[in-house]
Amino acid sequence: MTDEAQDVIGDYRYGFHDPENSTIRFDQGLSEQVVRDISELKNEPQWMTDIRVKAYRHFVERVMPEWGNCDLLNMIDFESITYFLRSSNKTEKSWDDVPDDIKNTFNRLGIPEAEQKWLGGVTAQYESEAVYHSIREDLEEQGVIFLDMDSGLKQFPEIIKKYFGTVIPYSDNKFSALNTAVWSGGSFLYIPKGISVEMPVQAYFRINAKNMGQFERTLIIADEGSSVHYVEGCTAPSYSTDSLHSAVVELIAMEGAKIRYSTVQNWSSNVYNLVTKRAVAHKNATIEWVDGNIGSKLTMKYPSVLLKGEGAHAEVISVAYAGEGQHQDTGAKVHHLASNTTSNIISKSISKKGGRSSYRGLLQVTPKSSGCRSKIVCDALILDENSRSDTYPTMEIGNSTADLEHEASVSKVSSDQLFYLMSRGFTEEAAMGLIVNGFFEPFTRELPMEYALELNKLLELEMEGSIG
Amino acid sequence: MREVAEEILRIENLHVSVEGTAILKGVNLTIHRGEIHVIMGRNGAGKSTLANVVMGHPAYVITEGSIFYKGQPLEELAVFERARAGMFLSFQYPAVIPGVQVGTFLKKSVTSVRDEAPKGRAFRKELTAAMEQLSMDKSFLSRYVNDGFSGGEKKRLEILQMLLLKPHLALLDETDSGLDIDALRIVAKGINEVAVDSACLIITHYQRLLDLVKPDYVHAMINGAIVQTGGPELALKLEDRGYDWLDVTA
Repeated sequence: MTDEAQDVIGDYRYGFHDPENSTIRFDQGLSEQVVRDISELKNEPQWMTDIRVKAYRHFVERVMPEWGNCDLLNMIDFESITYFLRSSNKTEKSWDDVPDDIKNTFNRLGIPEAEQKWLGGVTAQYESEAVYHSIREDLEEQGVIFLDMDSGLKQFPEIIKKYFGTVIPYSDNKFSALNTAVWSGGSFLYIPKGISVEMPVQAYFRINAKNMGQFERTLIIADEGSSVHYVEGCTAPSYSTDSLHSAVVELIAMEGAKIRYSTVQNWSSNVYNLVTKRAVAHKNATIEWVDGNIGSKLTMKYPSVLLKGEGAHAEVISVAYAGEGQHQDTGAKVHHLASNTTSNIISKSISKKGGRSSYRGLLQVTPKSSGCRSKIVCDALILDENSRSDTYPTMEIGNSTADLEHEASVSKVSSDQLFYLMSRGFTEEAAMGLIVNGFFEPFTRELPMEYALELNKLLELEMEGSIG
Repeated sequence: MREVAEEILRIENLHVSVEGTAILKGVNLTIHRGEIHVIMGRNGAGKSTLANVVMGHPAYVITEGSIFYKGQPLEELAVFERARAGMFLSFQYPAVIPGVQVGTFLKKSVTSVRDEAPKGRAFRKELTAAMEQLSMDKSFLSRYVNDGFSGGEKKRLEILQMLLLKPHLALLDETDSGLDIDALRIVAKGINEVAVDSACLIITHYQRLLDLVKPDYVHAMINGAIVQTGGPELALKLEDRGYDWLDVTA
């Protein structure tokens, strides 16, 4: 590792990188030809090429968002990004067949170990495409489809064509247009009627190359009465130049189905993380977004739920940790489009060492939706004078029968709390780490145990050297 | 006469101020291992300040004098080092730590103070025994530290920590306040157990704890200084007559 890299990495544990071996690497920069080349390389059906090109044209015309952190957004140099990089010619079913460098990386990230212990399936994406993929046989026998998105398009083009872009059209925003134009990898997951997948399935996204753009595209469909827990993790090496991660994730929960989607995003602090995540919940369906944002330079992400069917329920629990040089602009959007729909939003953020966290939320109840209930709790913890936290809640309530609660708090760690813990033998840093873990507890208790422990360790590490 | 035990705490001519206001004005006090000392006094006399400054609360500034723990000047030790050296403060108002379970907190605290992780099974046994002694239900362990605790529950958790941490110096700041008689008995039992082999400084307003915990010395504090020292009979006298008879400024 070079000294420069070490400087940038600091305490970030996942900042190592492999030599850049690629079988195909596009030149940096974006054009309609790049978009067509990606589609051709993947041998896609014409309709997909057409969507990509339309999306690209929309991306070019669409202005950058004029809200959020415009200064940082406008610093993105789209011409310096690599839009496609294939590092392995095949998606392997056995870790033994994955190229050594890449396999070692995933070993260091603990993925094969987790897979053996407690996962129902794994997709490991490295740069633009999945390098490893597997699903437990018993799930496959039950008709569960879990594939990387490229394989999904090849094997189930009709399903993809029916649902792709129906929850998040390319024209939704500038970055959904970009993703639709150059998407590669991601997951396609289908759960048949009535099937409950007990073990979580996981996708892990790793960026290795410098100035890389990763644009995975995920589509999850839970058929009537089924349920699944999908877990997503992300890391990247630390470089002094920026990378871009811009995903689109669409979830569809049919009548009575339940999807839980958990993310622990721990990108290195040179990654722009601009992601659109949205779900549709039909009658009596449940969507749960459990969304943790620890890493990245700028994250803009607001997991959304369209409660379309009567009795549908949305749960969004998110945490954001903004350290030095980071801006976490996160939140949740819930649209109550049908009667007797309910939602719960919990947002927790911590700002430290000049970091900035923003909560941006939208709660909508349409005029024809009666008997809706929603509770929103937003708590911010600010660890020092230089750090910042903002809240931008929006409510559009069109029906007077709605029952809404909104609580917000901004707090600081009190000297009494620190003194109390230190009088019990904790160093100041350990005390701070414990307080922070406690603050995030409503989030970590929703994660699988292994993730919760990992996240707590991570937060404790983040607290090291945080006391001035 | 018993032989003179090890000196644990020595306070010499201690002057302390908070935000520029002088609170302690020349306190002298020495406590040996196995001794129980009690400080009584009116609200605002400086009793809690004394306990907090010994433990190292950053808001209190020592303007004159010194504190020695086992002969070592305390100013050299950070708060967590004092805890690891065997000092313990039972807080009058213990802080709430939301989201942190009592069980996790106790284990981490014991690990910090003993400088090694306690063995799982042995620790559980020790914990169960201590909790039974204090009539604490197991459900305590999964609650968040002091979050939504009643006054009595908070005090019991303080004593539980004291039993686990086995301090050489226990500072008990109004640990008896707000306890009903049953809780007071339980807490007193805990104090008596620890007091056998450590130095104890108990701050209280009330004589009733002293029916259950027998002090060696009782000190009356007025206006930031110890003005009278005696045996258990002084506590009875203070409860009976108040402090005016000792207060030269009154």
